[in-house]
Amino acid sequence: MQTFTQRLANPTRFMELSARLLPWMAFLACVLIAVGLVMAFTAPLDYQQGHAAKIMYVHVPAAWLSMLAYAMVAASSFGLLVFRHPLADVSAKSAALIGVVFTFVCLVTGSLWGKPMWGAFWSWDPRLTAELVLFFLYLGLIALRSSVEDEALAANLTAVLGIVGIVILPVIHYSVYWNSIHQPPSLSFGWPKIHPSLLWPLVTMTAGMQALFVALYLKAMRNEILRRRVKALRLTEVQVAAGLAEPAE
Amino acid sequence: MKAFWHLVGRDLLLAWREGGAIGVALGFYLVVVTMLPLGLGPDLNLLSRIAPGLLWVALLLATLLSLGRLFEMDFEDGSLEVLATGPLPLEAVAVAKSLAHWLTTGIPLTVMAPVLGLLLNLPLEAYGVLVGTMLAGTPAVSFIGAIGGALTLRARRGGVLIALLMLPLFVPTLQFGIEAVSAALTGSGGFMPAFLILVAISLASVVLAPLAAAVALRFQLQ
Amino acid sequence: MKLIGEKLCAKRGGRVLFAKLSFTVDSGRALLAIGPNGAGKTTLLRMLAGFLRPEAGQVRLEGGDADASIAEQCHYVGHANAVKPSLTVAENAAFWSGFLGGAADRLEVALNTFGLAALRDIPAGYLSAGQRRRAGLMRLLLAERPVWLLDEPTTSLDETAQKVLAGAVNQHLSGGGLVVAATHLPLAFDRAQELPVGLSAAAVA
Repeated sequence: MQTFTQRLANPTRFMELSARLLPWMAFLACVLIAVGLVMAFTAPLDYQQGHAAKIMYVHVPAAWLSMLAYAMVAASSFGLLVFRHPLADVSAKSAALIGVVFTFVCLVTGSLWGKPMWGAFWSWDPRLTAELVLFFLYLGLIALRSSVEDEALAANLTAVLGIVGIVILPVIHYSVYWNSIHQPPSLSFGWPKIHPSLLWPLVTMTAGMQALFVALYLKAMRNEILRRRVKALRLTEVQVAAGLAEPAE
Repeated sequence: MKAFWHLVGRDLLLAWREGGAIGVALGFYLVVVTMLPLGLGPDLNLLSRIAPGLLWVALLLATLLSLGRLFEMDFEDGSLEVLATGPLPLEAVAVAKSLAHWLTTGIPLTVMAPVLGLLLNLPLEAYGVLVGTMLAGTPAVSFIGAIGGALTLRARRGGVLIALLMLPLFVPTLQFGIEAVSAALTGSGGFMPAFLILVAISLASVVLAPLAAAVALRFQLQ
Repeated sequence: MKLIGEKLCAKRGGRVLFAKLSFTVDSGRALLAIGPNGAGKTTLLRMLAGFLRPEAGQVRLEGGDADASIAEQCHYVGHANAVKPSLTVAENAAFWSGFLGGAADRLEVALNTFGLAALRDIPAGYLSAGQRRRAGLMRLLLAERPVWLLDEPTTSLDETAQKVLAGAVNQHLSGGGLVVAATHLPLAFDRAQELPVGLSAAAVA
C-alpha cells in the first residue's frame, strides 16, 4: 500500500493529476478573489483609517502565504534530504519562488499601509521586520541555488539552508518581538475579535489568495518538471551524438 | 580527541603564519567604525547612544569577510578530502574549524571593540559589559557562519552570497547582543535576560550549526 | 581483504559516466582504472572513498575493520596534494600523522623514502610541483591503512620519484595492502590488473 505522497512522487502521475486540478484551482482563485474584492469594497469603512484599511485584504493573506510557503520549502527540503523524494526539490524550488513574491507583496502593502498609519513608509515594527528577514531568507535560497552550477548539488545545499532557516525562524521572531510593545496580531488563527462585516471579506480573500497560491505552485512545479525533461533530452542527444548512448525511444 | 586538537592547533598555526586574515578583519573593523562618525557627524551624545549597535554591526561585517575562507583553503588544496577520511566525523571537523575561527577572529575583534568604543564615546561603565556580551555572542557568529562557509564553497560570487545567506541567521545574535549592552547602559534591568539568551544562542549554535555544516560539506565533497 | 565493486553506476550532471562496473581487488593486488579524460576514473575513486554514493550498485570491503567505514581505512590521494604552503614539510607531515593517528617513528621513514628529509624545514610553498606531489604522497606512509586510492599519482613526478612511488606501492602490496589507482600513463606496479572505465569501455567489455 503506497502512501499518498509516494503515489504523488511519480512525476508522470503528478503531471496527470496537476493537469486536471490546475484549471479548477485557477477558476476557484478567480471567483473567490473577485467576490472577496467586492465584499472588501462594500464592507463598512474603518472609522479611524478609512479607505487605507482596505489594503488589509491583500496584506494579511500575503503575510499568511509567505509563511506557509516557507513551511512548504522546509518540508520539501526535509523530504529531499531524508527521503530523497524525487519531486521534493521541484516543490522546494517552486515554493521558494512563489513565497518570495508573496513576501514582497506583503512588504509593499505593509509599507503602503504604514504611510497613513505611522506617517512613514517603513517603521521597524516587529511584524514588518520579521517579514523583511524572511524576505532575505528567501533571497538567500534563490541566490544560493542560482550560483551553484551543478543542479543536484544546488538542490541539496538549498535544502540544507531551508532547514537551517526553519530552525532559526522562531528565534528570529522571538528576537525581533523582544523589545517591542506587544500588540495583538490582527489575524490570529483562533477566531479574532474583529467585526464579522470585516471578517468575512478577509476570510474570502484569504481563501482566494490561497487558491491562487496552490494554482501558481502547481504551475511552477509543472514548468520545472518540463524544464528538467527538456534538459535530460538534450543531454541524451549530446551523448547519442558522441556515440555513447542509444537514441531514446 | 587527539585528532580534534591537532586540527584546531593546525588552524591556529596557519592563522598565525598567514596572519593576513586577522589583519584584514581588524583593519576592516577599524575602518567601518571610523567611517560611521564621519558620516553621522561628531555629535558625541548620539554616538555614545548608538555605539553598542555600531560596534556589533561592524563586528559582524568584519567577521563576514573571513567566513568564506573558513573551509575554502582546505577544499581547494585537497585537505578536506583527507580530513573526511580521518578518524573524526565531519561534524567534529566543523566544530574544530569553527572553534579555531572563533579563537582567531571572534576573540581579536572582541579585544579590539573597547578600543573602538573610545572613538564612539562609549560610556566607561559599558566596556566590561561590551566585552562580556561579545565573548558570549561571537561563538554563535563563528559556528553559524561555518554553515555559510560550507554552503558557498562551490558557488560563484561566494563572497556576496555569504553575506546574504548570513544576514537573517545573525539577526538573533545581533539583536540580543545589542540589547544586552544597551540595557546595561540604561540600567533598565534588561541586561541579564538578554545576556542569558545570547549565551543560549551561542550554546545552541555550537551544538546544532556543525550538524548543518557537516551535511553541506558532505554534499560539497560529492 | 577484498575490495568489491558491484554493478556500479555513476552520473555527473545528469550524464551517465559509467554503468554496471564490477570488479574485485584482493589483498596484495593493484587495480588500475584506465580510460580517457572524463571517463569517470576520479568519480570511481571518490565513490570507493565514500565521498559519493553510487547511483546504483554497491562498494564493499570484505575482511576489513567492520566497525570502520571504507573512508577510515583508506588513504585518498586526489589531484590536490593537501599540503599547506605556509607550513614546513615536516609540519605538514606531523599534522597528517597526528590527525590520521600514525606512529611518530614513521614520520622520518616517510620523509626519507620520498627524498624530502633535506627539505624538512622549508615551507611547502617554496617547493616545486614535483616536490609538492611527493609531500602529498608521503601521507601514504605516515599512517598504516590497508586501502590506497591514488588519483593520477605520478602527476609532475620525475622518473626517480616515480620509481620511489612504485617501490612504496609494491611494498604496500607485498604487505597485504591493496591499491586502486586512476591513471592514463602506464604505472610500474606489481600484480596490477587493468579496469577500463567509461561508457564506451563498458560497451566493449
